[in-house]
Amino acid sequence: MARSVTTRHKTIATVAAWIVALLIFFPILYTIITSFKSEQEAIQGFNLIPSGTFESYSEVQAQSGYFKFFLNSVILSVGSTILALLVAIPAAWSMAFSPTKRTKDILMWMLSTKMMPAVAVLFPIYLIFRNLGLLDSRIGLMVMLMLINLPIVVWMLYTYFREIPGEILEAARMDGASLWNEIIYVLTPMAVPGIASTMLLNIILAWNEAFWTIRLTTTDAAPLTAFISSFSSPQGLFWAKLSAASTLAIAPILIMGWFSQKQLVRGLTFGAVK
Amino acid sequence: MATQQTRSLARFMMAPSVVLLLVWMVVPLALTLWFSFQQYNPLNPVRDGFVGLSNYALFYSNPAFLQSILNTLILVISVLLITVIGGILLALLIDQPMWGQGIVRILVISPFFVMPPVAALVWKNMIMHPQYGVFADIARFFGAQPIDWFGQHPMTAIIIIVAWQWLPFATLILLTALQSLDGEQKEAAEMDGAGFLSRFWYLTLPHMSRAITVVILIQTIFLLSVYAEILVTTNGGPGYASTNLPFLVYQKALLEFKIGQASAGGIIAVILANIVAFFAMRAVGKNLDK
Repeated sequence: MARSVTTRHKTIATVAAWIVALLIFFPILYTIITSFKSEQEAIQGFNLIPSGTFESYSEVQAQSGYFKFFLNSVILSVGSTILALLVAIPAAWSMAFSPTKRTKDILMWMLSTKMMPAVAVLFPIYLIFRNLGLLDSRIGLMVMLMLINLPIVVWMLYTYFREIPGEILEAARMDGASLWNEIIYVLTPMAVPGIASTMLLNIILAWNEAFWTIRLTTTDAAPLTAFISSFSSPQGLFWAKLSAASTLAIAPILIMGWFSQKQLVRGLTFGAVK
Repeated sequence: MATQQTRSLARFMMAPSVVLLLVWMVVPLALTLWFSFQQYNPLNPVRDGFVGLSNYALFYSNPAFLQSILNTLILVISVLLITVIGGILLALLIDQPMWGQGIVRILVISPFFVMPPVAALVWKNMIMHPQYGVFADIARFFGAQPIDWFGQHPMTAIIIIVAWQWLPFATLILLTALQSLDGEQKEAAEMDGAGFLSRFWYLTLPHMSRAITVVILIQTIFLLSVYAEILVTTNGGPGYASTNLPFLVYQKALLEFKIGQASAGGIIAVILANIVAFFAMRAVGKNLDK
């Protein structure tokens, strides 16, 4: 008896969960489906089976040079992440392995910078960027994205580094390893998984950042967030093209996201939920 | 253990992060504060100068400012209610034994990875469009009049979109917390004859309380600065019906060049965020002590 109840329970849970999950996923699914429709089909009412044309994809590239924006997204998200790691790894290392009384305060303070609303500094940043000639430049935006994500990167690395047993470092020190050797040969191999997770999450955050990337770019440095936003004032039929552009914009990050669920929880809750 | 040398090296290694963040926080914020006491218009500099608190006074006299704060709060609170309650229910559902749990999880978490402009435009055009959207199709199927979401109920429409983006986050965090609940405890409660509701109320919910706090605090930080979703759907309208504080600041600063007013709005946004941050820091800080 007990067994059949369990199976029934499991069946009900399965059906309910799948219905809810598909409803939540539906807008994404429908976008992917619409991207394989022609513009005519796209507005002919609800239809889950596209004619399977790749027209929209080639048109998006031909009309607006889609690839340039995609490339900018890649350069900005990966570039800003590498910059952030270069700055954050030493900081997180020293906080995890030579903590002082003030380490906690510094960490909390770093976190607090993340809570400053972007709009509060919109005009000063705009002004500074304009005066330095950084508006619509990839390097300027890269530094910007690095700064807004730096606290999360330091925190995530710190929580990972703290889990590396300190005894190993002491043993290496006893064997006469210098500090840099210690970092390169002992710490780094153990820290690679943590660094990789941090990198993944930060690329996702930088890829989807939609305030500075829209406001500080016009054409040359504009990534996908800015490009897609330009679809908000359309002329003529454009849904299939919007869907094609959107599908390409979210696909890589969606796949990365699926692989980083655990790290996402940890990174975005600053280690409070694991 | 650490020698003087490693100590100073540690400080040296920390310096770049600290200096960068310090400059990034202090310089622009100080400029904003300064501008907030000024009349400053790059297009019409005739009347530029110190104006005291009059930029802030607009928050009492100009209905747009008051409405933007109200809209900000409505957006934050509505989305929090939907995502936290929905997230708890969804986490409980996904935590049940089922077939294809991994795929369900992936489907549910996906909207979180969709960049805001894409999420907003897909909802605006393909789901909520009064003529061609899926909602309109459904309404017509039942013989009802399709709703003009962005014309008639702009805030509701934006709340739905933003809630769709954040429900996965809440679900994922709460599910993670739920799965760390000791199975033995659950079994013991079941053996004692505790029903589903009392088990949920006395065991599961207290266990999740920390995760719920974290979800509320972190989401609030992000929800206070919703921007792209409004930009690509309603552009703040009709009128100021869906303008939140970040959007108003953007309009004042980069469209109307009323830098003083925009800066005052920015400072108000900082104060709002600080109230939240105060509680957030305490919650996260407590965890650090463990």
